[in-house]
Amino acid sequence: MNIHEYQAKQLLAQFGVLVPPGQVCATPDAARALAEKLFATGAERVVVKSQIHAGGRGKGTFKSGFQGGVRLCRTADETQAAAQAMLGQVLVTQQTGAEGRPVHRVLVEAASRIKQEFYCAALLDRALSRPILMVSAAGGMDIEEVAAKTPEKITREVIDPAVGLMPFQGRKLAAALGLTGDLINAAVKLFAGVYQTWWECDAALVEINPLGRVELPDGRETLVAVDGKIGLDDNSLYRHKDIQAMRDLAEEAPLEIEASKHSLNYIKLDGNIACLVNGAGLAMATMDIIQHYGGRPANFLDVGGGASAEQVTAAFRIIMSDPNVQGILVNIFGGIMDCNIIATGIVAAVKETGLNLPLVVRLEGNNVGAGKKTLADSGLPLITADSMADGAEKVVGAVTKT
Amino acid sequence: MSILVTPQTKVLVQGITGSFGARHTKLSLDYGTRIVAGVTPGKGGQTFEHAGHGVPIFDTVAEAARQTGATASAIFVPPPFAADAILEAGDAGLELVVCITEGIPVNDMVKVKRAMTGRPTRLIGPNCPGIVTPGHGPDSRGGCRIGIAPGYIHKPGHVGVVSRSGTLTYEAVWQLTCRGVGQSTCVGIGGDPVNGSSHLDILRLFNDDPDTHGIILIGEIGGSAEEEAAEWIRAHCRKPVAGFIAGATAPPGRRMGHAGAIISGGTGTAAAKIAAFKAAGIAVAPTPSAMAETLLARM
Repeated sequence: MNIHEYQAKQLLAQFGVLVPPGQVCATPDAARALAEKLFATGAERVVVKSQIHAGGRGKGTFKSGFQGGVRLCRTADETQAAAQAMLGQVLVTQQTGAEGRPVHRVLVEAASRIKQEFYCAALLDRALSRPILMVSAAGGMDIEEVAAKTPEKITREVIDPAVGLMPFQGRKLAAALGLTGDLINAAVKLFAGVYQTWWECDAALVEINPLGRVELPDGRETLVAVDGKIGLDDNSLYRHKDIQAMRDLAEEAPLEIEASKHSLNYIKLDGNIACLVNGAGLAMATMDIIQHYGGRPANFLDVGGGASAEQVTAAFRIIMSDPNVQGILVNIFGGIMDCNIIATGIVAAVKETGLNLPLVVRLEGNNVGAGKKTLADSGLPLITADSMADGAEKVVGAVTKT
Repeated sequence: MSILVTPQTKVLVQGITGSFGARHTKLSLDYGTRIVAGVTPGKGGQTFEHAGHGVPIFDTVAEAARQTGATASAIFVPPPFAADAILEAGDAGLELVVCITEGIPVNDMVKVKRAMTGRPTRLIGPNCPGIVTPGHGPDSRGGCRIGIAPGYIHKPGHVGVVSRSGTLTYEAVWQLTCRGVGQSTCVGIGGDPVNGSSHLDILRLFNDDPDTHGIILIGEIGGSAEEEAAEWIRAHCRKPVAGFIAGATAPPGRRMGHAGAIISGGTGTAAAKIAAFKAAGIAVAPTPSAMAETLLARM
């Protein structure tokens, strides 16, 4: 699960990471009121940031034509106008796809006086099975690009989960960023907070980009999380009720929300051949084999190891809600599941949903003979297949013909 | 021979009285696996009955192991309690712990992995189908089945199978069995980002097992375990290996069912893994339908 920037900053602040003063606003009036308060307490400029779960907001464009999902404002009037232009509008960025995302909230903050931008992230190193803290002096940029072009600019510290991030490791990272004097201790505190946020919230990723070396009004310098991004480990959400409450359904695809209600694992893709499979590995492999035979998969759909007739029906309904779908491949390896129960579920689902698209079924495994007979006796225009390859070839052929 | 388990291996089941654990314990007993004990805290002294078998239940793994001589455990406990169950099995000195549970918090596994470092217990999983060493009875009965794989698809023989995915393992095994080719041992290592044993750990065992003559290695997107395995194969593996990587069509940044199956930061792509396989001399199956054929052509 992902959360918004303003929520990420709330969590980071709880663990002692400095974030710019500000608040999330849902109306232009609220944005104006907050801006007045920020200007009154010494802010030189105020920044208005669209809250969506996608990057590239600053360079994004609203479908209304308004430029920039992040705007700097010098007055409360400007702040109100910027919020007005963003709220309720659809923002298109490099990461949202052409359909864009609606903006329902903006984060209004005092703009920091940034002297230098760094990158900082806490994440899992899968090869080591340990957390790492990663920093780079190349802040504000796409870290994937930095990693690909100038890997020497990235410094990592591996963390022993039994002791957590030690201060000396924070000092090493501070040195790698070229920080000196009081900023070393500021960095140690910030890194500790970032790691604690990652560990205590069961995050998959905590990313601060940019991490700013910021000049305060009194001339001193400190480190501030100018932006913040947190992705959570879904397996751990059961023990974080507060974070569960941060879920924003408006950010999720409606079909994926519907699928999750039936404990189905569905991800919409942009092809035209839907698939319905048991098991995640087999589901991925089924998408791959559709492509191998010249088709394009419309989705990933894992119905799990013990799918019920109700789940199979729900799965068909979800698949058929995708207007791009022109054919369906069902690929079930019923190891323990009874293939006849699955076949019965398929027949019921097809009858109930009134399916009128080419449907290819490959069934294998336990009691497969009875399952195939159920399909054959149903009177439905199903196409049966003897292997994954046979099924993929047949569904691609059927869709190409139509 | 085989790796990890033989038909003689004595197995205990943690979470034997839960519906999932109970169901698969029955299937393992039917398969002929020596399930000698169950563990459910608070139900010690009771007996798990199935088809003439009476499996004693204990409150602790230590007690179960001491009384029955079990050396391996199958874990079916719910995710919030799984880390504790794994470490309990390790503490009891079991040689092998197979954790089937799906959905364990990643940080729990980070802690488990740290705590098990340097200990002799081998962990397989979590979020895996388990291990099967096929037996010589009808439908491969008489073998050792720890976990949730369908027993009857197997056939005793000389091909080792290792995979992150359950159903894709069954697919490979069934392709082999349908061609009359048996398996030494089939191991599902699980689809989570932090797991007990890697592809490489299992490959080393297959390489050293005189009864394994060829290996099917099934990977998927996410992480770099397949690349590490390929590098090792290039330098050390003496046996023919066929491979398949699932997820060539998966979009980046999306978790494809398995917690670990995600392309992030441009790493973990199927293309990179397939390239690593090819560079290591592994015969890469062009489709998941051709896993067995690809290996047999190499043998």
